[in-house]
Amino acid sequence: MSDFYNNAIGHWVIVAVAILALVFVVLTATAYTVWFERVALGHIQRRPGPNRVGPYGLMQLAADGIKLAFKESFLPARTERALFVFAPAIAVGAAFLSWAVIPIGLWYNVQYWIADVNIGILLVFAFSSLNVYAIVIGGWASNNKYSLLGGLRSAAQLISYEMALGLSLVPTFIIVGSLRLRDIVDYTVTWGPYHGPIPLILLTPIGFVIYLIAAVAETNRAPFDLPEAEQELIGGFLTEYSGLKFVMYYLAEYVNMITVSALAALLFFGGWYLWFVPPVLAFLLKVILLLFLYIWLRGTFPRLRYDMLMRLGWKVLLPLAIVNVIVTGTIVVAAQG
Amino acid sequence: MADEEPTANGKPEHPAPLRGPDEGVPPNPEGPRSSVAADIGALATGLKTTLGEFFSPMVTTEYPEDKSPRSERYRGRHYLRRYENGLERCIGCELCAAACPVGCILVIAAENTDEDRVSPGERYAKTYEINMLRCIFCGYCEDACPVQAIVLGPEYELSDTSREKFIYTKEKLLEPLPPDVEARLHGAPPHPPASPGTSPRAGK
Repeated sequence: MSDFYNNAIGHWVIVAVAILALVFVVLTATAYTVWFERVALGHIQRRPGPNRVGPYGLMQLAADGIKLAFKESFLPARTERALFVFAPAIAVGAAFLSWAVIPIGLWYNVQYWIADVNIGILLVFAFSSLNVYAIVIGGWASNNKYSLLGGLRSAAQLISYEMALGLSLVPTFIIVGSLRLRDIVDYTVTWGPYHGPIPLILLTPIGFVIYLIAAVAETNRAPFDLPEAEQELIGGFLTEYSGLKFVMYYLAEYVNMITVSALAALLFFGGWYLWFVPPVLAFLLKVILLLFLYIWLRGTFPRLRYDMLMRLGWKVLLPLAIVNVIVTGTIVVAAQG
Repeated sequence: MADEEPTANGKPEHPAPLRGPDEGVPPNPEGPRSSVAADIGALATGLKTTLGEFFSPMVTTEYPEDKSPRSERYRGRHYLRRYENGLERCIGCELCAAACPVGCILVIAAENTDEDRVSPGERYAKTYEINMLRCIFCGYCEDACPVQAIVLGPEYELSDTSREKFIYTKEKLLEPLPPDVEARLHGAPPHPPASPGTSPRAGK
C-alpha cells in the first residue's frame, strides 16, 4: 500500500478515491442532517416532522431532491447570467473544501483526511469566508432589491462575526501551540494521575461560547439568519433562486452547519476521544449533539434585529474574545514560568 | 377629534405632544433594567421550555390512520333509508328538493301500484339524484323530509376521479347506513321535535 501511495500515479488515485468517498459521506450526512433538523424542530413544536417517505421519513430528502432536480432551471430577466449561475457554485465549493483538512477519527490512531495541513484551521476559515462571496454575488446578480439587501446584510454580518470566530480560537492555539487540527485533538495533559487527551472546553470555556455564537452567525442560521429573513426580505439572496441552484445554496448551508459542528467537536470536545467509546462513534455522537444544539437554538430564539446583531458582534463578542486571548496568553506564559 | 377643541386664543392645541423615547412608558413591573445574568437566565428559560416540549407527547392526529371523532350530528354524505320490511321510506314529495338552497337534489316521483310497491305511501321516488359537487351539506333536506327518508351520514372522504361520479344516484344513496348510525336513528319519531339547536331554522 505504501508503495502504491508513493508512486506518482497511485498517489493521485488514492487521493481521488478518498475525495469521492468523503464527498459521498458528507452529502449523505447533509441529507440526514436536514431530516434530523425537520424531525427535531417538529418535536419541539410537538408534531412528528416528516415521517411518510420511507421508514421514519428517512427517504424524504430523496423525494425532495428529485422534486427540486426536475424543476425548471429558471433564470429571471435582466440578471447577470454568469454570476447568477456561478454564485451557488461558489457556495457549494467553499462548503466542501473545508472538509479537505478536517480529520475524522476512524479508530485509535487511524484517522481519515484528504490533506494534513499544518495551518488546517486557517484554511477552514479561509474557505468559509468564501461563502460571503456566494451570498453577495448571488444577491447582486439577482437584480432584485430584496436579494441585494440580503446580500449586503450578509456581507456585514459575516465580516463582523468572522473576527470574533477567529479570535475565539486563538486561546486554543496558544494552549496547544499548533494550528494542525490533529495536534489540537491529540493535545494531552498530565494532571496528577491522569495522563491523556482532554476536551479543550475545560481550558477555554469562554472561547467555546464565543465560537458557538459566532459560528451560528457565520452559517446564517437562526437566530442570526438575517440574510435570508423570510418576513422582511422575502428570502433575501435566495428570492430569485429555484431548482438546483437553490439546492446548492441549501446544501452549502447544511454542509457548513456540519463543518462548524465537526470543528467544535474537534477543537473543544476532544474530537474522537471519549472514554471507552469507539472513536468513530464518539466523533459522530459529538457532532450530532452539536447539531442538535444548533437546531434547538433555531427552535427557541426569534431572529435578532439587525442593529442588535451588529451590537452583539462588535460590542460584546469581539471585546470578550480579545480579553479571552489576553487572559489566556498571560496565564499560559505565567504557567510556563 | 375631541382634543382638538379650539382654546382661548383660537388655535388648536397640539393633539398629542411629542414624547421622548422613555416618557410615558409604564415602569417595568419586574423592577429596573435587567442584568446580564437575568438576560442569560431568560435565554436558559427559553431553551428549557423548548426542550420540555421536545420530550412532550405529540399532538398531531396522523390523518389517514387516525381520525378525529365526529359529532353524532355530523353532516356527511347522504343516505336514503328503508323501512325494516324493505320498503323505501321516500314518498317522492320533493320537499327535500324544494328545501335545498343550492338545488342539487333531483326527485322524479312515480305512482305506487299494488303490483309494484316501492314505498308505503301513494308515490315513490323513481329517480333520486344528488349532485355532490353542488351540495353544501347544510342538512335542510334532512329537516324537510316528513318521513326521515334522507339523512346525512358520517362519511366525509368523498373525493373521486371524475365529475360524473359525483352525481349520486338512487342506487348509491340506498346503500345501508353504518349500523351505529341506523341504530341511533331507529325509534326516533318521524318528526323530530324542534328543540333549539336541532337545525339552523329551529327556535327562530
